[in-house]
Amino acid sequence: MKAIQSFFERIEPNFTKGGKFHALFPLYEMFDTFFFQPSTVTGSAAHVRDGLDLKRVMITVWLATFPAMFYGMYNLGYQANTAMAAMGITEVDNWHGAIISLLAGYDPNSLWDCFWHGAAYFVPIYVTTFVVGIAWELLFAVKRNHEINEGFFVTSVLFALIVPPSVPLWQVALGISFGVVIGKEVFGGTGKNFLNPALTGRAFLFFSYPAQMSGDTVWTAVDGFSGATPLSQLASGGVDSLQQPSGEMLTWFDAFSGNIQGSIGEVSGIAILLGAALLLLTRIASWRIMAGVLLGMVATSLLFNAIGSETNPMFSVPWHWHLVVGGFLFGAVFMATDPVSAAMTDTGKWVFGALIGVMVVLIRVVNPAFPEGMMLAILFANLCAPLIDHYVVQANIKRRVARSG
Amino acid sequence: MSQTKDVLISPIFNNNPIALQILGICSALAVTTSLNTTLVMCIALTTVCAFSNLFISLIRNHIPSSIRIIVQMTIIASLVIVVDQILQAYAYAISKQLSVFVGLIITNCIVMGRAEAFAMKNPPMPSFLDGVGNGLGYSVVLLFVGVIRELFGSGSLFGVNILPLVADGGWYQGNGLLLLPPSAFFIIGLFIWLLRSYQPEQVEESDFDIMPQSANTEAHHA
Repeated sequence: MKAIQSFFERIEPNFTKGGKFHALFPLYEMFDTFFFQPSTVTGSAAHVRDGLDLKRVMITVWLATFPAMFYGMYNLGYQANTAMAAMGITEVDNWHGAIISLLAGYDPNSLWDCFWHGAAYFVPIYVTTFVVGIAWELLFAVKRNHEINEGFFVTSVLFALIVPPSVPLWQVALGISFGVVIGKEVFGGTGKNFLNPALTGRAFLFFSYPAQMSGDTVWTAVDGFSGATPLSQLASGGVDSLQQPSGEMLTWFDAFSGNIQGSIGEVSGIAILLGAALLLLTRIASWRIMAGVLLGMVATSLLFNAIGSETNPMFSVPWHWHLVVGGFLFGAVFMATDPVSAAMTDTGKWVFGALIGVMVVLIRVVNPAFPEGMMLAILFANLCAPLIDHYVVQANIKRRVARSG
Repeated sequence: MSQTKDVLISPIFNNNPIALQILGICSALAVTTSLNTTLVMCIALTTVCAFSNLFISLIRNHIPSSIRIIVQMTIIASLVIVVDQILQAYAYAISKQLSVFVGLIITNCIVMGRAEAFAMKNPPMPSFLDGVGNGLGYSVVLLFVGVIRELFGSGSLFGVNILPLVADGGWYQGNGLLLLPPSAFFIIGLFIWLLRSYQPEQVEESDFDIMPQSANTEAHHA
């Protein structure tokens, strides 16, 4: 640690005013504060003294995604290897395949083969997201003279985890560019965006390239493979029609533990809940928001169950299925709780969460165009968050005026 | 002379009706998916705006102030009907694609705004040029939006294929978002960003100052 510290102290003059690389100060500052907590403190009014600064907060969220990320890689490979075995394909015929055959085979029963297969798809997506995103961040940091924030660690990993495994890398680059620039930097950078940047990027891809972002062929990265996700099966046939691509029955525990195809990080409820536990224990994510989302979802699906429908099987889907399919858990744990774009007041967080829960079921059940509603529900609630906060604050003022005359 | 030129040129970049005054955006969203319709719309609006300014300016001293809006609307509506009829006669296919948006030129804020703000106070010739200038300002933005949306959305310009699409065996994957109306908002926003980076005096005063991320001071080590 001493060596690293003296290294940073030695190179610092190059980056401060008058130094050779002054323009790149944000980059230096990023790495410096990544290793060491800075000795500077906020000087303006209204701040809290806390050992946990924003960088440590972001790193914790980043760590919390690890179970979902590693399980996602394994499952990506497992789904692909299973599909390949079923279709009689023995190797992947592209550059992914070259990487896979370096260190592993294609046995769906081998933990390593599946994990390495998934890594060969996920790591390039993640690296692309990271490099392109950080390039934009750096450009804006230098031009606008602000710091590069570790918020981007979170944005990049979340973005990489919510795309389908087979997404082309140039689309990844385009999506994260849109998310970072239009979703965040034009509004002033970290802390000033009103939409979740990762979701903004995904929404951009979703509407721009629907062929690569939705449908039956994108969720398992095998050429020629086609298999409906649990959500679209639910939409067409209800709970009884659920099955794995192999034809076996798909149980609730399959969906909860993550033995289903889907976006890379969203498949396993267990892995996501592990991350949620870390976020709740460290009090980084708001339990009010998570509880609000859950309540809203349960209430709305019970309502639809009670209404019932002859033609739309989604009406009868019980809440515990809504919970485990699609991006519900991932969105509720990692996306809805984004401290910047969510509501700030305690009451507001309940309302904000509930709004997401209601909207997600509403979109899934009633809207025939979109099988999944989590992304749109969260973005919609993001838009409403300032309004919710405004009314909570106004109500509070009114109550206090009434109390004290 | 320089004033005449100014009346014609300044609405194009210095005082653009869409980018600075933020008027007439609805049609910019609706008609810019293909350049053919965009261009026809630009010509239609420029014509209406120029001639409505001319005619209103000609009779400006005879219009009673209390009913001036109605008189302006009558003139504008008549001109729009003429344009619409000409389009239906000579460019029926495009007139079909533009559907209600030609008729909606009547309610376009640019036409109404120039009539009220300029033509009512100025002689006919400058008013006519002001109408042409504002029409051109509108056209510049629309063509900018139209080129981006058609080129990157469906890989073509004026219906002629430029980027061969994947669907036809080429390499370019059309961007579906650009074919949806909201994309025009993004592109107009980017145009305004570009324009104001080039002419910073167009940037409006902030309603309130954005606070710095943190005002740093060295900690007092106790």
